[in-house]
Amino acid sequence: MSGTGPRESIFPTRMALTNTKTRLKGAQTGHSLLAKKRDALTTRFRTILRKVDEAKRKMGRVMQLASFSLAEVTYATGDIAYLVQEQAKSASFKVRAKQENVSGVVLPAFEVDRAPGTDFNLTGLGRGGQQVLRSKEVYAKAVETLVELASLQTAFMILDEVIRATNRRVNAIEHVVIPRLDNTVKYIVSELDEMDREEFFRCVKKVQGKKKRDANATEAKRKAELVVEGPESGSGPAAPGSPEAQAFELPAEDENAAVDLLSSKDGDVIF
Amino acid sequence: MAASNPSSSKDRNLLAVIGDEDTVTGLLLAGIGQVTQDQKNFFIVEPRTEAHNIETVFSAYTQREDIAILLINQHIAERIRPTVDKYQQPFPALLEIPSKDHPYDPSKDSVLKRVQKMFGE
Repeated sequence: MSGTGPRESIFPTRMALTNTKTRLKGAQTGHSLLAKKRDALTTRFRTILRKVDEAKRKMGRVMQLASFSLAEVTYATGDIAYLVQEQAKSASFKVRAKQENVSGVVLPAFEVDRAPGTDFNLTGLGRGGQQVLRSKEVYAKAVETLVELASLQTAFMILDEVIRATNRRVNAIEHVVIPRLDNTVKYIVSELDEMDREEFFRCVKKVQGKKKRDANATEAKRKAELVVEGPESGSGPAAPGSPEAQAFELPAEDENAAVDLLSSKDGDVIF
Repeated sequence: MAASNPSSSKDRNLLAVIGDEDTVTGLLLAGIGQVTQDQKNFFIVEPRTEAHNIETVFSAYTQREDIAILLINQHIAERIRPTVDKYQQPFPALLEIPSKDHPYDPSKDSVLKRVQKMFGE
């Protein structure tokens, strides 16, 4: 009913009712749209989730291979760690971010951006050059896998956040906004009904009063006529009593008429 | 949100690594190393490196504007686990990678933990 639950503080008029109904409709449309968005995002999220899981496991194997190839290098050339660290100057292996749009959410994806050439031209010049070259390739492949995984993971993090926000909105509309507007509509409708009833009752009372007044007037007229007629015709003892008896009966008749008026909704009462 | 701001991801094009000597060497061979006068994008953790040093480097790399992906060895991430678990930003993307001596354990990965939670296991 109107009293229960929170509602907007609004004056119950027909215009407010129309406005609130429009807003309720808007809220329902928004709710269904957001729910659709959530579903689309969740579908995407599930696919990414599975891919992340797969790629993480693949990464384990790839890195193992890479470590092994580095071990081969160490075996062939000796320890090159210090050499490599000191020779590293500028990155030839970079990433580029590009963007993808999933139902209004911008998901970044990294792309490998390899420049030709390397800082380590002289590494392995004495021995093990082949191993060094192969290790370079294996590691480049491994890093490609890592980059792919990183973009999946970033997408995962962002989607997670966006889905949470969308969920919050869907729930807020479903559990706060819509009930609130619903309550407001109910409140306005019940207030308007109440006003209608009051108006109806007031009209009935007015009509009733008028009828009563009319009836009294007619009665007074008839009485006057009887009084005028009486002295001319009446000489017997019973004659003077009869008009009075009639006069006693008449008001009762009048009351009946009034009751009938109430129950049988007179045509005069127009709303 | 970082996702809605395109400039936050456009300028990032480097990879950075925090790892043991072998991992860093291998990744440098692939060509990710970028050294300028004042900073490098790789950090070698030795067994005697203290945890708070790793944390300093970790937060420095996560705050740099030119790093897109931060790679960290899983056993090193394990040493600063609270800091790593607290890290939630999408950029730079944090990736835990296995090292030669420490095989990859999916159950310890901070992202994979969340993935597992999503699947409801």
